[in-house]
Amino acid sequence: MSFGPDIPNDPVEFDDMQGLIRFGHGRLVEAEFLLCMVDDVEPAREWLRDAPVTSAATLDAPPETALQLAFTASGLEAFGLSNAETSGFSHPFLTGMAGEDSRSRRLGDTGQNAPKNWDWDGGEAHLLVMLYAREGGLDAWKDEVLNAGFKAGFGLIQSFPTRPNEGFEPFGFRDGISEPKIDWQNAHPPSKHGREDYSNLISPGEVILGHRNEYNARAASPKLEAGVAEGDVLPDAPDAEGLRDLGRNGSYLVFRQLAQDVPGFWRYMDGATDGDADRRQALAAKMVGREMDGTPLIHDRRDIEGSRQANDFTFEGDVNGVSCPIGAHIRRANPRTGDQPHHVEGRLRWVLSTLGFLRRRDKLPGRHDLVASTRFHRLVRRGRVYGTRMTPEQALKKGAKTGERGLLFICLCADLVRQFEFVQNAWMASPTFNGLSGEADPLIGGRAPMSGVASDGFSIQKADGIEEQHPNLPQFVSVKGGGYFFLPGLRALQFIARHGSKEA
Amino acid sequence: MTQQDTFFILAPVLEDRADELMSLLERMTLKPGLADPDNGLVPFGRFDRLHVARFFLVEANTWRDIEVYGQEPRPYPLHLAFLGDVDGDRQSFLKELAQECPDGLNEIFSHCEGAGSGSLLRWMERHNVEEAANYVNTRGRTVRQVHEEATLATVLRGKLANIVKTQGSADPFKLHRQLAEFVNHEKANGSLHLTAPERPGLLRRITNAMELISVPLILLLISPLVLLALPFFLIWLRMLERSDPEILPRPDDKRITDLGRYEDHDVTNPFSAFGDVKPGLFRRVVTTVALYLLNYSARHIFGRGYLTRVQTIHFARWVFVDGKRRVMFCSNYDGALESYMDDFVNKVAWGLNLVFSNGVGYPSTRFLIKRGAEQEAKFKRYLRNRQLPTQVWYKAYPGLTARDLARHGEIRKGLEKRPNGAKALRNWLSKI
Repeated sequence: MSFGPDIPNDPVEFDDMQGLIRFGHGRLVEAEFLLCMVDDVEPAREWLRDAPVTSAATLDAPPETALQLAFTASGLEAFGLSNAETSGFSHPFLTGMAGEDSRSRRLGDTGQNAPKNWDWDGGEAHLLVMLYAREGGLDAWKDEVLNAGFKAGFGLIQSFPTRPNEGFEPFGFRDGISEPKIDWQNAHPPSKHGREDYSNLISPGEVILGHRNEYNARAASPKLEAGVAEGDVLPDAPDAEGLRDLGRNGSYLVFRQLAQDVPGFWRYMDGATDGDADRRQALAAKMVGREMDGTPLIHDRRDIEGSRQANDFTFEGDVNGVSCPIGAHIRRANPRTGDQPHHVEGRLRWVLSTLGFLRRRDKLPGRHDLVASTRFHRLVRRGRVYGTRMTPEQALKKGAKTGERGLLFICLCADLVRQFEFVQNAWMASPTFNGLSGEADPLIGGRAPMSGVASDGFSIQKADGIEEQHPNLPQFVSVKGGGYFFLPGLRALQFIARHGSKEA
Repeated sequence: MTQQDTFFILAPVLEDRADELMSLLERMTLKPGLADPDNGLVPFGRFDRLHVARFFLVEANTWRDIEVYGQEPRPYPLHLAFLGDVDGDRQSFLKELAQECPDGLNEIFSHCEGAGSGSLLRWMERHNVEEAANYVNTRGRTVRQVHEEATLATVLRGKLANIVKTQGSADPFKLHRQLAEFVNHEKANGSLHLTAPERPGLLRRITNAMELISVPLILLLISPLVLLALPFFLIWLRMLERSDPEILPRPDDKRITDLGRYEDHDVTNPFSAFGDVKPGLFRRVVTTVALYLLNYSARHIFGRGYLTRVQTIHFARWVFVDGKRRVMFCSNYDGALESYMDDFVNKVAWGLNLVFSNGVGYPSTRFLIKRGAEQEAKFKRYLRNRQLPTQVWYKAYPGLTARDLARHGEIRKGLEKRPNGAKALRNWLSKI
């Protein structure tokens, strides 16, 4: 039935892909990220050429350490790759996360979160070095990777140590439960009407450049002009005679430092519930959409393709938000909607639904079909937590300090605009998400008005129809910095290292 | 029911006056593109029948694309467009406009050809371009109604919270009665207004009904002919679809950055675009018929909050210019541009194809409705290359989305006619 373009079912080349795309390196509990500048390009190239970057190929034994590298747009330039030699890098990558006011406006990076208040701006850096190791192994791994050659080539702007990975974010909630499953085998191509219901599977091209995406098209991938030195290590660009595919098997990486005010968070919950420990936790759970141990507030499970059993649910049965508030964090981050707003059986129902005649708009407040087709807006998250642990009880102690703790939010996607920026804009930061008004994400939202509308409220829908209102939420999470990076494939990495080198 | 009408004044800009005009338009705004309702030139806020309005400079960015058809491209001189959606009829609105702010309008239009001498009103009427198709989110809903219902919703929210605080929420029937009594009281003392909607006259109802049945009737009558012609039409169509070239260069980064400056200052954004229709009689006829049907369905089938599955559009307009060689598209939608484009691609790619696939350079289609906009990245390029900045844009109800307006309307409806049963009442309460 589908007349889709003929994108060959290319085998996915794990050995040309950085490991981070396939693995979260969860067992490598220690990690540190370094934001660097190229000081001296020749030694930098030399280091890059020999850097033991981890690939996505599976090994006989699980690795002890991992290294991943990602570049900013100015970083590529610093390595001698001029704009004239490449084409097709995405616009936000080229201009940077903080590069345009309109972008900051869309991302909700205004008020306290505005780039002028950031500690660092990824756009000013060149390279992101990501180091991972098993417990107790990070220092040795750092010594090995950040050798004299590295120090000769790069200058450190900022380092981001992390807290050993336990799967909990600083407020105390289990994190990283909901992840899309990448269909590496390309066994489930998005057929014409194949995704009417929510599925947790996404096509490889939603994460890696140059592969088939959910629109059944090749994910846009930056190209290298013909005849550029050392370009022949790169694969030929499909559909572009003479050009090389620089982005193939690479991805875009989003990095944001989100500082979390843990005492502020729990103090607010405590104050709003008159110091009742159970109600305090319940209110926090309503904001997140899960209990602290990760149990979702939606209890009726259903079978979802590509989803772990513990995560098998949609919000279909809770359209009015009585179980899980419509504005809860997990409902915004992943609304779990299919392409059609309701189950359609038969051709005629499908046509009627497509024409917009199957409406249930007056029945319930949450039933609008305003948020559809979640599959085009999924992110592969790879974040880590930083700062010391603080339990809710410690946070509520008198004199508890906000301290330096939070999330180093990292995600991977093939289309920065359609994936990361869309989710951040239309779902997280938007005060009018899914027919709501006046509230952004209760957990991570900046509280500055967005597009002239207040965003600091939170409403909990209840069975009696009377919403529980929580106006004037304080800000719990602040953006301290961020940047867009290109995580190249391994051949592209070698090309960057060799291109323009005098020794080559 | 008060009908909505449109105006679209289009006039060529005098040579060398474009920069001056730009800075004049800039003087009317608070933020890039966002009109100051009290600006000194055209104080939009003073017109209580005006829903949305905009001034923008019409530039044909893609006029050379038609060269691929072996045609000599026709340059399109820079034009100024001034358009809006109003309650009541256009003539009386333009008259009011010309009376209220003649100086401002004269100053703006003095940058256009042929303005300045004679009557301003007549000049505007002469330069008005009738739409080929028009969509109104909710037909009959006036600006006054929008404001009144928004106030009602705010007041009820506070009142409901107070009532619940003192007596709980156990009895929804009692809550409804109390709210209704409260509103009646507020109305009686003049602090709340809920103007009763105008009922359409008999003549209006008859013409509406006739319009409604005319299209199906005509289609039915000519259906034997249509069936006979269909194979030939499809063959012709497929031949064109196979040979029509796609022209989809990556939009210039600088242009995208510039367009971004004007966006997301309100929850609603304006969208303006301008492009060429593919040459030849066939495409011209298909575009005309497609827009006619679109207009018909927007008037008689949709127009109650939904355009097929899309609910985020307040107003949208399609206009032929330059002897049907080109089409202008202007809309007012909720959310950021990316969500708007995605909503369309994911929900109504077929509908976009029906109309826009007749544009030069459009992503290739099959049978007029398949593929095309389903190729998301290509479609976005097509659209972005034709998008124009909207230098001045006004909306009478800032901060409110189409969903907000619908919700306010439902609150009022439930207040005036009590929903049946406790469950329906609870649903109604949850909207407040």
